[in-house]
Amino acid sequence: MRIYILPIEFTDKNLLSSLLAALRDAFGLPVMILNRSFSLEGGRDPIRNQYNSTWILSRILEIAPDEDCKILGVAAVDLYVPVLTYVFGEAQLTGKAAVVSTYRLRDELYGLPKNPEKLKERLEKEAIHELGHTFGIIHCREPECIMYSTTYAEEIDFKSKNFCRVCSALLEENKKKS
Amino acid sequence: MNPKKDSRQVSILVVDDELSVRDSMTKWFVEDGYQADSAADATEALKKLKPGLWDIIFLDIKLPGMDGMELQQRIKAIDPNATIIMITAYASVDTAVKSLKEGAYDYVTKPVDPDYLSHMVANVVKQKRLLSENIQLREQIQELYEIDQIVGKNPAMLKVFDLIETVAPTDTTVMIKGESGTGKELIARAIHSKSSRRFFPIITVNCGGLTEGLTESEFFGHEKGAFTGALYRRKGKFEMADGGTIFLDEVGNIGAKAQTDLLRVIETKQFTRVGGDEFIKVDFRLICATNRDLELAVKEGTFREDLYYRLNVFSISIPPLRERRSDIPLLCNYFLKKLADSINKSITGFSSEAMEKLEAYHWPGNVRELRNAVERAIVVAKESCIGVSDLPIPPCPEGIPDDQSLEAMEKVHIKSILEQMGWNITRTAEVLGIDRATLYKKIEKYGLRK
Repeated sequence: MRIYILPIEFTDKNLLSSLLAALRDAFGLPVMILNRSFSLEGGRDPIRNQYNSTWILSRILEIAPDEDCKILGVAAVDLYVPVLTYVFGEAQLTGKAAVVSTYRLRDELYGLPKNPEKLKERLEKEAIHELGHTFGIIHCREPECIMYSTTYAEEIDFKSKNFCRVCSALLEENKKKS
Repeated sequence: MNPKKDSRQVSILVVDDELSVRDSMTKWFVEDGYQADSAADATEALKKLKPGLWDIIFLDIKLPGMDGMELQQRIKAIDPNATIIMITAYASVDTAVKSLKEGAYDYVTKPVDPDYLSHMVANVVKQKRLLSENIQLREQIQELYEIDQIVGKNPAMLKVFDLIETVAPTDTTVMIKGESGTGKELIARAIHSKSSRRFFPIITVNCGGLTEGLTESEFFGHEKGAFTGALYRRKGKFEMADGGTIFLDEVGNIGAKAQTDLLRVIETKQFTRVGGDEFIKVDFRLICATNRDLELAVKEGTFREDLYYRLNVFSISIPPLRERRSDIPLLCNYFLKKLADSINKSITGFSSEAMEKLEAYHWPGNVRELRNAVERAIVVAKESCIGVSDLPIPPCPEGIPDDQSLEAMEKVHIKSILEQMGWNITRTAEVLGIDRATLYKKIEKYGLRK
């Protein structure tokens, strides 16, 4: 079992390399960059000017390597699911694919000065969170657990990068199953 | 806490004709730890509807076939406890407002802010849990204080029930008289639960356990620093009973100073905390109980006459169990039914010999003693029927005589021990703690025979 990071029209190499190390630490699995071309054009809603994350997940599955793995798409565009105004990311619960975007993790979107360090931290946390769903873990009520549900950017800063005791045990159990 | 550990999962049904809305909402809720399902139209929704099955139903206002408004009414008819949240497009907000008037909890406009959706669902869940806890607690309280808990068909007890019904709806002070174990507190709680004060507390003060020095602070509370050890301000029992009932058990045991304080608070309905100077007004109903002869105490000068008349406005006397023996089988079966389940034993009843013995015993500890005896018998019983050997009652074939003088009791007791020891004089004398010669004299004196 390995984890692939799939850059989706995403070019920030520094962010990708720090993400790679963070995922390796969090899941204890080999993590690699998957170099496949991926166009976002078909997932764009012209009225909302946002990108449908569910559509992105289905595209990821189409190009996924035929092996026991998890694939995390990393984008920089504004993501949505039809009923919600936006999402930070989406994942298949107990599945193969997940996606996150840096778009709403950036402080400058909220009128604050750029903060690359904070962006790096938030991206790592959201990526671990979404990949956690692919291992079958649902939201946790423990505010410090990485699987705690966060719906606005500052809230992400309050939780840690770690799984709580229960979620950690679930992760290990589900890793063995896959 | 993790939602995976919740014993009862919250269930959510999403009714929307758009597949993408159904999928994204159910996925969102499942990830949040809820049990979620969806329906594409009213027909499918109605098929999935059963009373109590769904805690929350998200309902699109515009549905093919039957619109959301009509479906809302159908859902309310099937499951009035389900919380309905309308889903609407911006254009149909007016209809959403109309649906609120019809009983929907709230509405969300598509697309909805994820933070708003999360909080809305969390609030509904919290509200529903509080409501269900509230109903559960009210039922438990009702069960605890119901007059049905006081068992008896004896005419003396029927009269007590009548008195409870008469006095409960009023605010009259009640004095309950009866021996220890007759259920005075149960009567006080029954009066409280049948009064308009039942949704406020009933505060019990056991005056028998209070020393003279402690009574004032217990009744009226104290300010911080009022005396050594008063580290915090503390409310007294009268303040805690505001709006409800205060039950003063063993009121005959309070000292002279407390009697004066009590008289004052009954008359003025206000007091100051110990060490304080602020007058606190309270609205309470007073119920007292005593097993002392207060009239005698008044005559002897140990209880204030004016206080006695203030407390003894409406008096209820509970007969001791030995004066209503006809209630013993009823009480035994009541306690058996109530206790056997909690002890997890399937006991069906009492043998006729055991019941005869229960009816013959004089029960100095009254109903409380009987309850404890039945509980013990259930625990030790090896058969499905409680037998004589399971009862914790000393053998006393003739029961306790009506004459309860020391001599009469001594006669019964000596006879009982003699029979237990098989008329072995040495062992009987040992048990009684007297020498054999004394025992012989007593056997002769009371005319005891094998």
